[in-house]
Amino acid sequence: MSFGKKRKSAGITVVHILLITLGIVWIYPFIWMIMSSFKTNSEYIVSGINLLPEKFQFENYARAWKTAQFSVYFWNTVTITVSVVAIVLAVCSLTGYAIGRYRFTGRIALISVITALMFMPKGYTIIPVYTLVNKLGLNNSLLGVILAEVGGAHTLFILLFAAYFRGLPKELSESAEVDGSGFVRTFVQIMLPLSKPILATTAIMQFMWTWNAFLMPLIFTLNKPELRTLGVGMYQFVGENTMDWTGMAAAASISLVPILAVFIVLQRYFIEGVSGAIKG
Amino acid sequence: MMGTVTKMELPKERYGLRMNHRTRKQLWCWAFIAPQLTLLLLFTAYPIVMSYIYAFFDWNGYGSPKDYVGLGNFVETLTDPIFWNAFRNSLLFMVSVVVIQVPLALLAALLLNAGWLKGKVLYRTIYFLPVVTTTAVVGLVMRFIFGAYKGVVNEVLIKLGLLSAPVDWLGSIDTAFMVVVLVGIWKSFGMKLVYWLAGIQSLPKEVIESAKIDGASAFQLLRHITVPLIMPVGSVILLMSAVNALHVFDLVKSMTDGGPAFRTDMVDVYIYRYAFSGNGEARVGFASAAGVLYGLVVMLISLAFGLLVKWTGGRSKTRL
Repeated sequence: MSFGKKRKSAGITVVHILLITLGIVWIYPFIWMIMSSFKTNSEYIVSGINLLPEKFQFENYARAWKTAQFSVYFWNTVTITVSVVAIVLAVCSLTGYAIGRYRFTGRIALISVITALMFMPKGYTIIPVYTLVNKLGLNNSLLGVILAEVGGAHTLFILLFAAYFRGLPKELSESAEVDGSGFVRTFVQIMLPLSKPILATTAIMQFMWTWNAFLMPLIFTLNKPELRTLGVGMYQFVGENTMDWTGMAAAASISLVPILAVFIVLQRYFIEGVSGAIKG
Repeated sequence: MMGTVTKMELPKERYGLRMNHRTRKQLWCWAFIAPQLTLLLLFTAYPIVMSYIYAFFDWNGYGSPKDYVGLGNFVETLTDPIFWNAFRNSLLFMVSVVVIQVPLALLAALLLNAGWLKGKVLYRTIYFLPVVTTTAVVGLVMRFIFGAYKGVVNEVLIKLGLLSAPVDWLGSIDTAFMVVVLVGIWKSFGMKLVYWLAGIQSLPKEVIESAKIDGASAFQLLRHITVPLIMPVGSVILLMSAVNALHVFDLVKSMTDGGPAFRTDMVDVYIYRYAFSGNGEARVGFASAAGVLYGLVVMLISLAFGLLVKWTGGRSKTRL
């Protein structure tokens, strides 16, 4: 009996050792990147797998932040991400509320269209999106990127909101209406605050996607360096400065550390939000 | 209850307003939907239609398309060996990712859900970390990690005695594709892990408990209860993995840009090259045709997986 127990705990230890080893390999690229950002270029070249720098250098960050414009890219990314998340939350909660809570003419047709758009072969719709933004005269602004990013069919979010609002008791809105609350006030003051779990899930997933978006910002900033986001800035930086290894590491750290920090602080909600969205 | 009471208490003279009231609600509903609908029509529906129209024109993206070429662009795509190469690479990438990643993620999810394992949250966090990071930046960092000269991977393998000379992992025809697949698996593994965990945790606990009481071993439990019950969720995870993998772009663009010698070229990279080539020779019409064709293939593949979802989900309530 105790032999079996011992064998079992030995098995658990082996599993832990495996998981830890794999975990170290898993996050090694991040550690390597951050450590490299504190080295000098000559130190970097000879260091190979040695992680720790001889002396922590911070001028790589100064160079990336100021000279390579990463401060601009950083604020562009923040502006785009915050705006996109806010707009997506607004439009999806509004649509989800109407669909989930009311029977109105054209409701079924609308649901079908939203669902179909998710599955339609999109071809390379980035081209018409680009020409449309040009036609709207927004090609020189962050607004163009923002609109292009929020313009997708957020089928998942809409359906999440719709299902959630449908599940709330009818009495809530009815008693509010008896008390004289109008359509909009019922939504803003009663229903919206109740939908916090879905608001959080949507915010988290959209935040992740937008912060990491690459194709759309890349296309919209091909000739406009001042509009680049962190990912695009990093990409162009590598093309322009093939010799500045540690500057690249610092730039990469500037691009990744904020989202990693947000993730580590919110990781429980992050993972729960994502899995909650799939369980639906 | 309350609803019926209020209706009965409504004074008779207000009945004339009731129709009005209902119409007003309808209008409010559409007002609520209008912002979403506008965005959807402008940035999703219109672009889908236009990409089909552009595909019939020889057009460089400036001015409006004038040179109608009929099916010319489609014929050219279908006879271009580079397109077929990219097509094959995309499919191969999809199959590799799905076949390796999805089962491994299931295994990890079963392990990271086990009651006897401590530190689950930490492990889940670590394995999820690559998911939240910018793919383009990850691709560039990987260029250095797999670099030929003093790259970390080479150093480690040489120290371990597994390699005698450094290998140019991303610059060599034999290894580049493999490395892209490896990094692709690493990048999205955490997402599949979380999908599987969600699936496992939505299984009915009573069934599992009663099987345990009946004396089912851990393996029997897995073989006869967990796996069959999780199949519907599993096929949806397969579908999402496949479609995502078929549209790999950021990673390839930043890591290899399709090279060396088109060995890691994918359809999305191929299309980008024609649509936004920097030297003013963009072929938007041709790129649209390639996009439309590829979109149809992706839709067929999704449809096949969709049938699988329907087939496996027929008897279960678990669905997305």
